[in-house]
Amino acid sequence: MHPFEYVAAETLEEVLGLLREHGDEAKVLAGGQSLVPMLNYRLARPGVVVDINGLPLGDISVDDGRLRLGALVRYHQLEESDVLARRCPVLGEAAGLIGNVRVRTLGTVGGSLAHADPAAELPAVMTALDAQIAVASASGRRTIAAREFFTGPLSTALAPDEIVTGVETPALPAYGWAVEEMSRRAGDFAVAAVVALVSVDRRGRVDDARVAFGGVADRPVHARAAEDALRGREPTTDSIARAAQAAREALEPPSDAFVSGAYRRLVAGVLCRRALARAVARALGRA
Amino acid sequence: MIARLVLNGRAREVEVRPNQTLLEMLRDTLGVFDVKEGCDEGVCGVCTVLLDGRPASSCLVLAAALRGRAVTTLRGIERDGGLHPLQEAFVRHGAVQCGFCTPGMLLTVLALLEHEPRPDRPAIRAALEGNLCRCTGYAKIVDAVEAYVRADGGRDG
Repeated sequence: MHPFEYVAAETLEEVLGLLREHGDEAKVLAGGQSLVPMLNYRLARPGVVVDINGLPLGDISVDDGRLRLGALVRYHQLEESDVLARRCPVLGEAAGLIGNVRVRTLGTVGGSLAHADPAAELPAVMTALDAQIAVASASGRRTIAAREFFTGPLSTALAPDEIVTGVETPALPAYGWAVEEMSRRAGDFAVAAVVALVSVDRRGRVDDARVAFGGVADRPVHARAAEDALRGREPTTDSIARAAQAAREALEPPSDAFVSGAYRRLVAGVLCRRALARAVARALGRA
Repeated sequence: MIARLVLNGRAREVEVRPNQTLLEMLRDTLGVFDVKEGCDEGVCGVCTVLLDGRPASSCLVLAAALRGRAVTTLRGIERDGGLHPLQEAFVRHGAVQCGFCTPGMLLTVLALLEHEPRPDRPAIRAALEGNLCRCTGYAKIVDAVEAYVRADGGRDG
């Protein structure tokens, strides 16, 4: 690791002041599960590391159907939280797929969003949920829609002096949910991942569907075509397959050293069909 | 700067560099060699420690950022200077070959059993997904854990 100055910040104001002062030279340390590997491999060489783990940003709360997660909520909290299991279970299912058990001990919601790996689970979940990401700088606070927050690989709408302080999203407790992903080895980032949320009306027709992919583009992809193909329809095997096909046809995934774009698209379509089928089954169980 | 931690039950204050990981502090500064160094990116699991009882990659924790947390290494699970019963199960079932992955495997299993005292085989395999072993093919490791749990090594037996 290159040398850097380490500051354990005590307050948000202190963090924001340091980011204002140091700009691009500063890196924010939350769970460290992406930052510290980059430091170890000298891919990141910040002058200052600002440790925010002392800040009170670790709470999960739900009121009035709105779910709030502090930036420092850890993945294992998403897996183990009773209130999330009741009100927004898609988060626990997604968190259980992240990295390995050690990553889930320390990794944070805010860190995953700010790091913005295109194949990561939580950016796709927040895209599906249509979450609002709360950010702050020394100049003030604002919220950014998750669907506009991710701007490219490891790139976001955050200014250099801004940090993520939390996420707010509708909890959607009446929706069925499913997260499907395929990776080459256990713990690897996904070749493709999909998050599906479905609600049904009293006649058993799809009232609303939310679908988002990870791993198939330079950022999470909101799959409007699949949602439109399902809304108002009876959720049969056929209509689900057609929705997954519509989603797949809208994708143009990249190739990499391991996986061709064509294969990635095929996998994404299959995973989408499976996720929709599971989400529908759960929605019918909850309706 | 000073790293504060409780290492295997003992409060410690250790002089560290800001860019020193917990792994480097344990091995290079304190000579705690039951923690191994592997990939340096949190993937292989040989540097596993328990941080307040949960598995963590010590290569991905800055020592200066410990803030007094409890760190447990393999030494911390020895009983009266002898092997822990889980270690004995590993030996009995041939779950140790070169031994490099073993400390991380043991700590990860013990953390699992704290939350889930009676895991089945798939649950054991899932918990150990992030611990790589290049010798055993994993079967004997899972056998050893199953045997330990069956022999009332689980906590609610």
